[in-house]
Amino acid sequence: MNYIDLFRVTLPETALEAAALLVLIVDLAFLRKAAATARTGVAAVLGVAGCAVSLWAVYSAGSASLSFGGDLLLAGGGAAAVAEIGILVLTALTLLLIDSGFTQHPGEFVAVVLMAASGGLIIAAAQDLLVIFAGLELLSIGLYILTAFAKTSAKSAEASIKYYLFGGMSAACLLFGFSYLYGLAGSTNLHEVALAAVTSFGSGSPLFYVALVLVVVGLGFKVAAVPFHLWAPDTYEGAPAPAAAFIASVSKVASFALLIGIAAAIRHPFGVVHGVIRFVMAHSGPMPRWLGFEMPWTIVLALLAAASIKIGNLAALAQTSVRRLLAFSAVAHAGYILLALAWFSQRGAESILYYILTYGLTTIGAFGVVGVVERATGSDTMDSFLGLHKRNPVLAAVLLVLFLSLAGIPPLVGFWAKFNLFAAVLAVGAGVWPFILVCFAAAFSAVSLYYYLQVLKRAYVMPVVDAAPIRVHPVTLIVLLAITAAVVVCGCFPALLQNWIAGFYPTM
Amino acid sequence: MLAWTIYLSFAGALLEALLPQRGPGSKPALARWVALLVALAGFALAIAGYAAGMGQGRMVITDAAWVPAMGIHYLLAADGISRVLVLLTGLAAVAGVLFSWNVGHRTNEFFAFFLALIGGVYGVFLSFDFFLLFVFYEIAIVPKYFLIAIWGSTRREYAAMKLALYSFAGSAMVLVVLLAAYAAAGSHTTSLIGLSHAGLPVHLQMWAFPLTFLGFGILAGLWPLHTWAPTGHVAAPTAASMLLAGVVMKLGAYGCLRVAMTLFPHGMDPWGFSFLGIGSWRSVFAVLAVIGILYGALVALVQTDFKFVIGYSSVSHMGFVLLGLMTLNQIGLDGAVLQMFSHGVLAGLLFAIVGRMVYDRTHTRQLAELEQMQLSKRLPFAAWAFVIAGIASMGLPGFSGFVAELQVLIGSWTANPWWTATAGVGIVVGIAYTWRALQKAFFSDAPPAPHLHEHGHELAAITWPEATGFALLGLASLIVGLYPRILLDSIEPAVKALLAGGMR
Repeated sequence: MNYIDLFRVTLPETALEAAALLVLIVDLAFLRKAAATARTGVAAVLGVAGCAVSLWAVYSAGSASLSFGGDLLLAGGGAAAVAEIGILVLTALTLLLIDSGFTQHPGEFVAVVLMAASGGLIIAAAQDLLVIFAGLELLSIGLYILTAFAKTSAKSAEASIKYYLFGGMSAACLLFGFSYLYGLAGSTNLHEVALAAVTSFGSGSPLFYVALVLVVVGLGFKVAAVPFHLWAPDTYEGAPAPAAAFIASVSKVASFALLIGIAAAIRHPFGVVHGVIRFVMAHSGPMPRWLGFEMPWTIVLALLAAASIKIGNLAALAQTSVRRLLAFSAVAHAGYILLALAWFSQRGAESILYYILTYGLTTIGAFGVVGVVERATGSDTMDSFLGLHKRNPVLAAVLLVLFLSLAGIPPLVGFWAKFNLFAAVLAVGAGVWPFILVCFAAAFSAVSLYYYLQVLKRAYVMPVVDAAPIRVHPVTLIVLLAITAAVVVCGCFPALLQNWIAGFYPTM
Repeated sequence: MLAWTIYLSFAGALLEALLPQRGPGSKPALARWVALLVALAGFALAIAGYAAGMGQGRMVITDAAWVPAMGIHYLLAADGISRVLVLLTGLAAVAGVLFSWNVGHRTNEFFAFFLALIGGVYGVFLSFDFFLLFVFYEIAIVPKYFLIAIWGSTRREYAAMKLALYSFAGSAMVLVVLLAAYAAAGSHTTSLIGLSHAGLPVHLQMWAFPLTFLGFGILAGLWPLHTWAPTGHVAAPTAASMLLAGVVMKLGAYGCLRVAMTLFPHGMDPWGFSFLGIGSWRSVFAVLAVIGILYGALVALVQTDFKFVIGYSSVSHMGFVLLGLMTLNQIGLDGAVLQMFSHGVLAGLLFAIVGRMVYDRTHTRQLAELEQMQLSKRLPFAAWAFVIAGIASMGLPGFSGFVAELQVLIGSWTANPWWTATAGVGIVVGIAYTWRALQKAFFSDAPPAPHLHEHGHELAAITWPEATGFALLGLASLIVGLYPRILLDSIEPAVKALLAGGMR
């Protein structure tokens, strides 16, 4: 490794950090006296420009990766590149949807968003335990600050403290797990750890299982999987709308990209062992063939997935706050994705990326609508959506499309993402368990229609209480319409995005 | 050509949604005429497609790679069965627009949802790719919810949510089967023909068949999962209940035939043991269909709400369709498809009379209150329309219901005479409930309510859209009843091809 290589490979992160500093300088040095809207506008435009530069850097880096002493630190191309592009685009959309009302310090807000996003870029590509941890902390600490950014709101502060305490605990667990892994493998490189895990699995070392559980606690917290989801509803509810959108989309994309990286590294040596065992099983009578044989990794993830799908969907049924509803629905969506991580394959990785990118896009739009309604009515309860079709027909139509997509109604993109994901699970998973879990997920996605319809019912069906029109800032409206159009187009022509994602992988 | 029925309906829905919503720019009359033109154009295309397809087998309309990496095709095709049902959809759409001419509240949104629903229905009937069929099937769910929840009556939000959740639960079952069949066939095709030739393992067919049949059967009013149908029909606005009974229930029956029975024929094989005389999934569903026929008829006999009578009669008549499917012989399946058409027309007609001609004028559907209104004198057109629709629906020769139910009964006799005997009792009860409703609502001897002859209680005259709609649906039933070959010439070869293709 030399510093030129380091600089070249980390150019996207560097661009974001530079943009963050630039935003701070411009805001503090030149715009102290300017109006709040002007400060927000300038900060957001600079931030979007930073994302654009970083995007260019990702494209020009191609599949270059970074190694130190023969050990891979940052991967290039493939899932990492797709996730990085997704993170940058979603960050830019979040910045464009910022409203000026919630803070006196838009420059700082944008700067923290950009820094957290650069943490996301690092974990999307990380191949080393230490790099993973550093990137995760860079992302997480940014998110704690963003959650607390509405300084006049007690809810915001409370949410941030809760988020921080849960985050700190799970980071400690993660680090503890990593230390065991280092002790077992003698290396912090993911691939060497995975290799050591195979041998430890063969010799039956219990330490590997302890480390596995601890790592799952740390990463389960990031993706809000049950039982590590308790922070999500409070954070989604208390954080300012743009921060909540950022947590719900960008942070999720980055965390799942990290999980894909880890799963791919583990599958490599494990795949051989697994293949041999499965071959033996397949020729040893009907019962083992039906039940299949699962790795410990698979069992833990499948349990988390089933719990997340069930609790996320059922808890969402009881919510009256739309933000909390979105939080529990996010838990359920994370559960669906965990299924594809449990029975992992390259096709599965592509379908996860497809799912998480489109889910992030839809969620940013949903939080955009919630933010607008919240500013007009002062609350995010379901009843504040009453009569939205009369107060602003365009906004109501955007809400209709985005929520139906989240519920998985064709021809919107959410349906295709779900189908693709489940098909990938069934294509890999032998035995009866993957199939039962897919049935379980399909049944609960029928349940999910109920709570999405509860919101739409208020927007379209129930009697109008207050017919005063809601005004939307033109930029917000354009961004929301663009997101809606993308959701419809990607749903009608699913091959577009799928081929784009597949294009980042070396041809099979 | 038939594919344009889909695109035209969705384009019409989009156009309606973009018309000015309210204020000085809104023009309900414009929205009505646009909807009527779109529905008429769809109907004309359906007739032309039907005429062009006479004597032809399955014709591929469009075949484009949709998701090449996964082998999913945008495959539209039509055989005799599809063409008959597309024709029915066109007819029901035109009649539905005519009978909702008086919708004044959020008119353009109403027709936007209406046309979106119609587009989805056309799509299901023309899809020959399982994935595509599923997409169109789900597209049809959401407009139904909003049509009932916004423009409905009696407990509309409850009924709409119940309908949506029942439909979505059914489609979740179908989705599971779609995924399993796709994976079992090697993950490279979802076309119905490709999957049926993939040699799906028998143990998969054994559980996939009942799951699919149940999933689609929910929408076809399969007892005991029919309970969404009466509440949904009653709460829905007239046009929506016409469409629900007329075409949406047919989506379910069509899915049972096109997907469950052709993809998983071995699912209907005997289990190898029998319990209470039931030895296969086929007899399970036949018995459920027969129970539905009898149960729907008996429950219709004791209803106090006029529209509930028709709602339960739909459950009973759809039982004939499902029974016909489970006979697995030529004449029974012919009868099932013909009954889909016949029930689509007649249920539409009955709901139009009850919902539009009677309820919109009297503002009550309680038979006890209608008894005191002397409707045969004050609304003679509605009374005689109901006489005609009623006798057609109870199976008088000369109307479509007779030919269809007769064929189903003949087919089921060769399969199991007990089914025929029980279903025959259902027909007798059917005469009773129709007669009872007719007598109570229109020709009662009860003394008129005192305020009836006061000024301001005159009932509005029957309008031209109502008369036209009645003529359209009544004539369709009469023509098919007098000359059933007009449809059977299309249905028979298609059924024969299905049976010859291994489904038995």
